[in-house]
Amino acid sequence: MSSAAVTNNKGFGATLWDYLTTVDHKKLGVMYLFAGTLFFAIAGFEALLMRLQLMIPNNDFVSAGTFNELLTMHGTTMLFLAATPLLFGFMNAVVPLQIGARDVAFPFLNSLGFWLFFLGAIFLHLSFFLGGAPDAGWTNYASLALYSPGHGIDFYVLGLQISGAGTLISGINFIVTIITMRAPGMTFMRMPLFTWTTLITSALITFAFPPLTVGLFLMLVDRMFDANFFDHTMGGNTIIWEHLFWIFGHPEVYILVLPAFGLFSEIIPVFARKRLFGYSSMVFATILIGFLGFMVWAHHMFTTGLGATANAIFAVATMAIAVPTGMKVFNWIMTIWGGSVKVTVPMLYALGFIPSFVAGGVTGVMQAAAPLDYQLHDSYFIVAHFHYVIVGGIVTAIFGSMHFYWPIMFNRALSEKLGVWTFWIFFIGFHCTFFIQHFLGLMGMPRRVFTYQADQGWDLFNFISSIGAILMAIGVVLLVINIIITAKSKPLNCRDYWGDGRSLEWAIKTPVPFYNFKQTPLVRGYDPYWLEKHDGNKEGMIYAEPLGDIHMPNNSILPLVMSIGMFVAAFGALYHPDGKAWAIPVLILGLAITVGAMIVRSVKDDLGFHVHVEEIVATEEHLYGNGGNK
Amino acid sequence: MEETKFTPQTWPDKAEQATLEGKNKFVGIWIFICSDITLFASVFATYLSLKDKGPAGMEFSAASLFELPLAFVMTMLLLTSSLTSVYAMYHLKNHNFKGVQIWMSITVLLGLGFLALEIYEFYHYVHIGFGYTQSAFSSAFFTLVGTHGLHVVIGLVWIVCLIVRNAKRGLNLYNAPKYYAASIFWHFIDVIWVFIFTVVYLMGVLG
Repeated sequence: MSSAAVTNNKGFGATLWDYLTTVDHKKLGVMYLFAGTLFFAIAGFEALLMRLQLMIPNNDFVSAGTFNELLTMHGTTMLFLAATPLLFGFMNAVVPLQIGARDVAFPFLNSLGFWLFFLGAIFLHLSFFLGGAPDAGWTNYASLALYSPGHGIDFYVLGLQISGAGTLISGINFIVTIITMRAPGMTFMRMPLFTWTTLITSALITFAFPPLTVGLFLMLVDRMFDANFFDHTMGGNTIIWEHLFWIFGHPEVYILVLPAFGLFSEIIPVFARKRLFGYSSMVFATILIGFLGFMVWAHHMFTTGLGATANAIFAVATMAIAVPTGMKVFNWIMTIWGGSVKVTVPMLYALGFIPSFVAGGVTGVMQAAAPLDYQLHDSYFIVAHFHYVIVGGIVTAIFGSMHFYWPIMFNRALSEKLGVWTFWIFFIGFHCTFFIQHFLGLMGMPRRVFTYQADQGWDLFNFISSIGAILMAIGVVLLVINIIITAKSKPLNCRDYWGDGRSLEWAIKTPVPFYNFKQTPLVRGYDPYWLEKHDGNKEGMIYAEPLGDIHMPNNSILPLVMSIGMFVAAFGALYHPDGKAWAIPVLILGLAITVGAMIVRSVKDDLGFHVHVEEIVATEEHLYGNGGNK
Repeated sequence: MEETKFTPQTWPDKAEQATLEGKNKFVGIWIFICSDITLFASVFATYLSLKDKGPAGMEFSAASLFELPLAFVMTMLLLTSSLTSVYAMYHLKNHNFKGVQIWMSITVLLGLGFLALEIYEFYHYVHIGFGYTQSAFSSAFFTLVGTHGLHVVIGLVWIVCLIVRNAKRGLNLYNAPKYYAASIFWHFIDVIWVFIFTVVYLMGVLG
């Protein structure tokens, strides 16, 4: 095991097996990152097709049915299968290093979470080849979804059920990791902001995903096993789906945006070369946003007809969220203010993020006013709003953090020159696409339409919007080219690549050995690595323990087996309504594989293994030459 | 770690949290239960909004369908099983492995009794025409009580696995947290049942 870590050149089979069985948070982070990028590219391509269709009026580039599938899959994929895993990638890669842990609390579950997400995502995308993708919008409202012919919706329900379970597992894992595995001295109020936002996001996942699970289950049994939750002729009620979906769906927005806030709170102090302004208010604002995030779901349902009282309460709660978010924006600005700013690519993204996100937030407050929302509902104004939040907030955070954390994750640095080009092309394309959609919405263009009549004053704006989408696509392609070029570049083998790292993850030399810090570091305050540098500590950190044996978890193939079981079972459930004789046996077979793997897992002893001091010394010498990680 | 032979004298005070893995399991099961509470809250809400709702002229209603005596016996079985799992944890604290195994086995037997009554109840309802697909009310009822029943099954399989796998191993710091987590999960199932008894059966018959 440990000798495998020392030898670098493994065969393809061994490397593949290593990735299939790994429980190492750093490798899983990389896997999340690439899987997320894959689905980001697919969903982005779907968006591009939609924008090409809408480029000119009365276009017949794609059919109405295909357009519905594209828009459903674009939204679903971007939120569940692109943004979430990309952020999980950074959480996995960075959080254990930031708190000085060896790994996450449940490395096995970490791997299980990844494979469930990945196979659920694959299952969902198989719908394109097996009779049509889901077509009821990413919100999948029951009144539409229940009567959608074919298997599209079934793929949506089962695929999200599986990948949602993976997300929930990972969320619980991060909470426990952050609570129990912080290095000595790392009190809660010394935790880096990204760790804080990961903690709060994971708490949101813990409470938000079960309602989705229930909603999807109700949809599943309604469509596949003749239950009556949403069928009004049998006493059912489709509004139940709307509530369950948005009780999940609104916190989901914060699940995605809080880690983005956290990432920018890491990037900005490093390049402003100043301590984060208002750290405790940042923490407080994060918690408050997380709390309020659960109080506002009905603002997605203002026009459902819940009544004036309910609408008023939810409108006020929604506006209240702007307060902690505003605190954060001011804190970022105050951090930059008076700093000795280095405008690198990650900082460019951060500087672009602040105005874009504020624009998205302001339109959000506009929609919080229920009477105005009656006008804006289901128009392109909404589309513009949430793309400002998601692209302006989350995607810029992801792109910026790719540049920021690439040295830690891959021991290589993405090209700054190409990065600047990517940023400007993407940023201009983004505003070009979505800014104009505000006006399209105000002019009355409804969202989710596959085409429109000419001469309503929409033609030019739609054309401009489509040009912007093409620019965004070029930006993404440049980023991928950057990644490919960088893969061939020379390894860095350095510590603190940006020179101004503040938190623990920068104190470790890259490539990061599989056991992370060879000795657990001692944290003496907020921004621990900066403190040590300030005190003239050349060795990086002070350690809390002498060099000794390190206990590490074993690799396991069982997470993949369990996930494959769920994957197989999903096919059984999917084809059950067709009256196929093999459907139920396949369902049972799949569940049996999963449960069997679970029993094997719980009956077998899994005590992990110890890396002995000599092996640690050998590994360090192999990675960094004589002297090790000093 | 597992080579260490403990005696009741050397057994640590909070054995379930004595190792980092144990502490992780302890915190993890509580966080999981938080999320499971939200799951049940969603199913409860669905049930309440669909209670007594069905196709025009539906003859079934909560007031006419549910019977308190059976639900009472089920409640007693499950509450007692919670108590016996507490006894098991008491013996775990005193490093009395035999006590743990015996009381956990009694917990399983009581849980099986509960499950048998629940299956009988479901069978009875289906038999009189109140099947899963009969109405929105029936779908919601079977989903709520069935979700709880599924949790009971999972809890039973979990505890049986623990009893069997550790029969020859004895109690150590590796499996103590596992027993402890299973016991917390079992209590949680009981608490949920108390709510089901109140919301479904009591409010069904009386309200």
